[in-house]
Amino acid sequence: QTNSPQEFVTFLTQVFLGCCAILWHLTADWQVWWPSDSEGAGKVSLLKKVPALKDGDFTLAECTAILLYLSRKYNTPDHWYPSDIQKRARVDEYLSWHHTNIRANAPKTMWIKVLIPLFTGQPLPSEKLQEVMEGLSTSLKQFEERFLQDKAFIIGSEISLADLVAIVELMQPVGVGCDIFEDRPRLREWRRRVEDAVGKELFFQAHEMILNIKELSNIQIDPQLKEQLAPVLMKMLK
Amino acid sequence: QREHRTEEFRKVNVLMKVPALKDGSFTLAESVAILLYLAQKFKTPDHWYPSDLQKRARVDEYLSWQHSNIRMKGSKLFLCKVKPLCLTNQVLRTFATEELNTALKQFEEKFLQDKPFIAGSEISLADLVAVVELMQPVCAGYDLFEERPKLKEWRRRVEEAVGKQLFQEAHEGIMNIKSLTADQTQPWWEPCQVLGTPGH
Repeated sequence: QTNSPQEFVTFLTQVFLGCCAILWHLTADWQVWWPSDSEGAGKVSLLKKVPALKDGDFTLAECTAILLYLSRKYNTPDHWYPSDIQKRARVDEYLSWHHTNIRANAPKTMWIKVLIPLFTGQPLPSEKLQEVMEGLSTSLKQFEERFLQDKAFIIGSEISLADLVAIVELMQPVGVGCDIFEDRPRLREWRRRVEDAVGKELFFQAHEMILNIKELSNIQIDPQLKEQLAPVLMKMLK
Repeated sequence: QREHRTEEFRKVNVLMKVPALKDGSFTLAESVAILLYLAQKFKTPDHWYPSDLQKRARVDEYLSWQHSNIRMKGSKLFLCKVKPLCLTNQVLRTFATEELNTALKQFEEKFLQDKPFIAGSEISLADLVAVVELMQPVCAGYDLFEERPKLKEWRRRVEEAVGKQLFQEAHEGIMNIKSLTADQTQPWWEPCQVLGTPGH
């Protein structure tokens, strides 16, 4: 339930970011790390409406910050965010680059193919998608050649937060029928390894919303809300 | 006065804009990654990247958000090579897009709030990164601090904190790295490799 157009847009955006945190939340064996009740430690919950994690009175936004916070708080296995400063720097390097590259493009595929048409009632011109796919192509090339190279995972032989953050964004075009893994065998293999490392069931559970996003096209939206949101959504494409 | 201020920020700018860091055979790009690496390698005073989980998370939160917000909206706008000196602040202000203004508003209301610095009572990497980005429009001639007293005060605090400490630590950092590299004649801060990082 949302009350305003802004909240709805935030909700949709954060669901996707939330996938990242969810994936993390589920992969860390937090049953083991969960502080006992007697310690009175706060509950950690994901607020999908407000783009944040809430831990007692402490609220935190930004997927990367959330992942780092959880990994430190729950002392998750070292490979997620290595203590070796050079390996760690590679994760930081990827996370930094990711923002202005993959993250700038991949989610737009969902907006263009499903979410914006949902509100405007019309599909967008194909050039829009083409533009985004071209940008994404360039980013993917850099991703393969500069970050992944011939390694199993981004920073080496073990999976880390960098791979998680990357995969969640890259699954978005897949969810709307732009399978970016199709012509990219190296990326496809990397994805398979990430799925295996996370666990197939968990992986698909975390991406359920993204992979079924087309079902959103069938929902009815209040015409007034449509009118309010359409221009806001169009702005997002710029 | 003004020259001194500009000089300080030029120095900070040089440090922040190193496109790549080379530490022996280890090369690293992305300014945020470089800052974090240096802070951890040289065990700089805790406040730069606090060990307290929640304070650290605040720094991470800002460093993450700034990529697609202040950085893109601020820098892109002022990449123009022509800096006509005759244009007044008033005129330049009209070029400031709604997006930059929104980003600045968010910065004040969400990240800074009523605290002296982003993470709380002490300066951190988040403030450094923020001040360098926000100084770009200023250096291009648009003083965005002029009508924003809260930001102006914050900037003053950062200047004070940076003035004494940063250069001392940078000097120490340089001395440390120099002792690690075989080539003693190459200062670490000289851009030795441009990796074409977007945004730099």
